Amino acid sequence: MTEATPRLATFPLARERAFDPPDELARRRDEAPVQRMTYADGHEGWLVTGYAEARAILADNRFSTRPELLHSPIPQRGEFNKEPLTPGFFLRMDPPEHTRYRRLLTGQFTVRRMKQLEPRIHEITESRLDAMEREGAPSDLVESFALPIPSLVICEMLGVPYEDREKFQRDSAVLVNLDSSMEDVRAAVQDLLSYLHGLVALKAKEPDDDMLSGLVMGGELTTEELGGVALLLLIAGHETTANMLGLGTFALLTNPGQLAVVRDDPAAVDNAVEELLRHLSIVHIGPTRTALEDVEIGGALIRAGESVTLSLGAANRDPGRFEGGDNLDVTRPAHGHLSFGHGIHQCLGQQLARIEMRIAYPALLRRFPNLRLAVPAREVPLRSKMAIYGVHRLPVLW
Amino acid sequence: MKIKADAGRCVGAGMCALTLPQVFDQSEDDGTVVVLDAEPPAALGPAVNRAVQLCPSGALSVEE
Repeated sequence: MTEATPRLATFPLARERAFDPPDELARRRDEAPVQRMTYADGHEGWLVTGYAEARAILADNRFSTRPELLHSPIPQRGEFNKEPLTPGFFLRMDPPEHTRYRRLLTGQFTVRRMKQLEPRIHEITESRLDAMEREGAPSDLVESFALPIPSLVICEMLGVPYEDREKFQRDSAVLVNLDSSMEDVRAAVQDLLSYLHGLVALKAKEPDDDMLSGLVMGGELTTEELGGVALLLLIAGHETTANMLGLGTFALLTNPGQLAVVRDDPAAVDNAVEELLRHLSIVHIGPTRTALEDVEIGGALIRAGESVTLSLGAANRDPGRFEGGDNLDVTRPAHGHLSFGHGIHQCLGQQLARIEMRIAYPALLRRFPNLRLAVPAREVPLRSKMAIYGVHRLPVLW
Repeated sequence: MKIKADAGRCVGAGMCALTLPQVFDQSEDDGTVVVLDAEPPAALGPAVNRAVQLCPSGALSVEE
């Protein structure tokens, strides 16, 4: 490494432009796709910005996701990782523990099962659009559309009462806020878990036709484990698609040519969703893994015990994989992006997220052909300090 | 071509069933891969290769 580009101290989050990862990450990728980075706790680990290298690490089970092994680029998170893992929170487990939980759930998220939800997702989407029309412009699209659709869908699937949303949306927001203190994160987790444990007890007494009831009645998981599984699905179901819908609409509103394709060409929608996923990469920090043994990746020797933090945003724009990757082009072949991850932890709910987006974007753009920002683009508040990137609010007119 | 699937490695992400539903399906039970047509017509070759590429767990392979 040259003196002109000293080692990175922690992961850069500050963006020059709303839709692009920090320029520093692209510069680092062009220089060396795997390079040293100093972590918040002083650990000398690695930053991975190349597509092939990030994909290889995600597919390699010699890299662990267990929190007690991880060093975090975010100071507050490092502390939290030292706490005992919530039982059932399998995103932070390696095989074979991870396999056991994932296998209990994968049957619920198959392509075919998700397709069966299409009519209901259409209904939910149309009812949100009706409500927007009734309430009139201007509207905050996050509150009126982007958040309620995935929130309603995951609540109905899991069997969580939507009326309780204020509570779990608040706790969920604390969990993904990278500035949250460790005390606040701990309190939000406890609060959510005690709520979900209550719900599990209720389902045990009066089972319904929902996923949580099914898991309770299946009898393979303890109440504690059920709480952790439900916690993971509830957070993941909220924060992700909601931010893709908000940020994706913002991106389309500032690219009218691309917007017109999504609005007018039904055959282009599936690929447009993949391109929005690739281009926007809302998981804008990490994931982080730790090497369980010495592994050579991209010419770098990563030693056992060293952590690697990936930038999916930089990897998804690697010119070696996606030519002209900095441009949003809804007609490019965008498959193979890493926005849902790769390897055994690849997003369990991705087929649900795809269907939600494939329905919601065109429905919104067709209902309101004159949809436009109600404020200058630079005034849209961005979620730079949240684990899931997006917009806090998106004021729109039509 | 002949498709080989290792259901033990499969994590049920559904990328194969999404990419090529006439060749790949998922078990109703645990979502793992079910190969509907292990020797699909050559015309499907590129799509089969894409499904193999997209598989996150490396559960799919193709023998020429």
